[in-house]
Amino acid sequence: MTFTRRETLAIGAGAALTAMLPAAGFAEAHADLEALISEFTGGAETGADGVTINAPEIAENGNTVPIEVSAPGATAIAVYAAGNPTPPVATFRFGPMAAAQTASTRIRLARTQDVVAVAQLADGSFARTVANVKVTIGGCGG
Amino acid sequence: MADNVKPRVKVPSSASAGEEIVIKTLISHPMESGQRKDSDGNVIPRSIINRFTCDFNGENVIDVTMEPAISTNPYFEFTAKVPETGEFKFTWYDDDGSVYEDSKTITV
Amino acid sequence: MKFTMTSALAVLIVSAPMAFAGGADDDVLSIDGVEMTSKVAAPPALAETGIDTAISGWHFREDDTQAMQTDSFDNPAMLAVERAADVWNTVEGTEGKSCATCHEGPESMQGVRAVYPKWNETAGEMRTLAMQINACRTENMGAEAYKYDGGDMTAMEALITVQSQGMPVNVATDGPAAEYWEKGKEIYYTRYGQLELSCASCHEQNYGNYIRADHLSQGQINGFPTYRLKNAGLVQTHNRFRGCIRDTRAETFSTGSPEFIALELYVASRGNGLSVEGPSVRQ
Repeated sequence: MTFTRRETLAIGAGAALTAMLPAAGFAEAHADLEALISEFTGGAETGADGVTINAPEIAENGNTVPIEVSAPGATAIAVYAAGNPTPPVATFRFGPMAAAQTASTRIRLARTQDVVAVAQLADGSFARTVANVKVTIGGCGG
Repeated sequence: MADNVKPRVKVPSSASAGEEIVIKTLISHPMESGQRKDSDGNVIPRSIINRFTCDFNGENVIDVTMEPAISTNPYFEFTAKVPETGEFKFTWYDDDGSVYEDSKTITV
Repeated sequence: MKFTMTSALAVLIVSAPMAFAGGADDDVLSIDGVEMTSKVAAPPALAETGIDTAISGWHFREDDTQAMQTDSFDNPAMLAVERAADVWNTVEGTEGKSCATCHEGPESMQGVRAVYPKWNETAGEMRTLAMQINACRTENMGAEAYKYDGGDMTAMEALITVQSQGMPVNVATDGPAAEYWEKGKEIYYTRYGQLELSCASCHEQNYGNYIRADHLSQGQINGFPTYRLKNAGLVQTHNRFRGCIRDTRAETFSTGSPEFIALELYVASRGNGLSVEGPSVRQ
């Protein structure tokens, strides 16, 4: 197998271009996301405190990514995957028999992206947090 | 109804009054997202479980709206208060109108 | 610039990114509190390989993937085990029998997974667990054979495998098995495909390194069938073999082929002494 310098450069440029392409789609997804969050909050401002996400920094496979969301006293937590074709993931509503406002599930992430949780807290205000999850693409059949 | 849908739930069989317990649920379901295409290039229609609820003696513990981003074989873990002996009821709602149910009793 | 195949592999296998630690981890694998032997002194089949410890693929996975295997409730493969437990008691075929008719409960299968593939004297052939299941169905039950790697088969394999969980893998490689073992060994060291990679290229010489973002394991099969997150379903040893050979850009052997039966015996023997871990969870 022989690569000339020119070919190597061409391959590199192609790779760089491919790497840049998803950026446009990403910005668009974020615009959708803000609209969806406004729908959930009724347009209210979101604070930073009161909600947490526990998600892996690196997911070995985007098909099954374990996450945990928690917001003490909250009535509901909505979860969004900003970079998925459709960002909504789930909305957890906690009833009077919930002991803690915490829930875990397993989600699909189409690529490396931010997972966002927005909670409606006990006083009716909203809080928002984000976790970045890197989805790896393996060498062995993806 | 999707084939072979089978719920599993894990609840302790007993607890002390007022104890907080951890509940886990898993149900076999393909959760077809509506994003995939078959070998002929046609979109495979969405077919998911879109809601899951858990109640204790008729009062709600958790009510989850589920989207196609929930993985195949949906898994949930959450907590509940157990003030008295009673029954947890678990219900999953499928896009196609099917409803899958399970229940567990717990003794205080 | 000329690339030799060795340097091509070196390019393919990148050094560990900062976020990863290389090699197998030191965590302890317990399933429902029962500790597994996930590292063991190299069995005889690893002599002359330079490998001193057989290591389960579990040690090469990220924490979140590992965690799913440590609790049998969290392990999605157990959904298939439950389904197969119903099938176990279901009468099928012309003889009016179920698995339970001859074998009573599935717990009677304890120890079976650990010794398969196994020489069958009556049939005069080396049998994988899947072949034995189909032999039972066609010869004893008068039922139709399962597709070799279909969902019904992998679920039944998982049910039988879980009965042996924690027992050491102990496949026989002597007597009539010897010729199959030799054939499997030859396949293991044969370079296939446009990339000219053998099993050994990745899983003997480079385990612990990364091939793109995949952390290479020793390719042990003590965890099969395995619930693969990518497939959201059970994957059989032969499915994985086929995937590996396909990834070398070769025409692959089929599931259930004589080549893969021999390879399964040989690869299993490289993990003799590791606990039967299946159904495991992998990426």
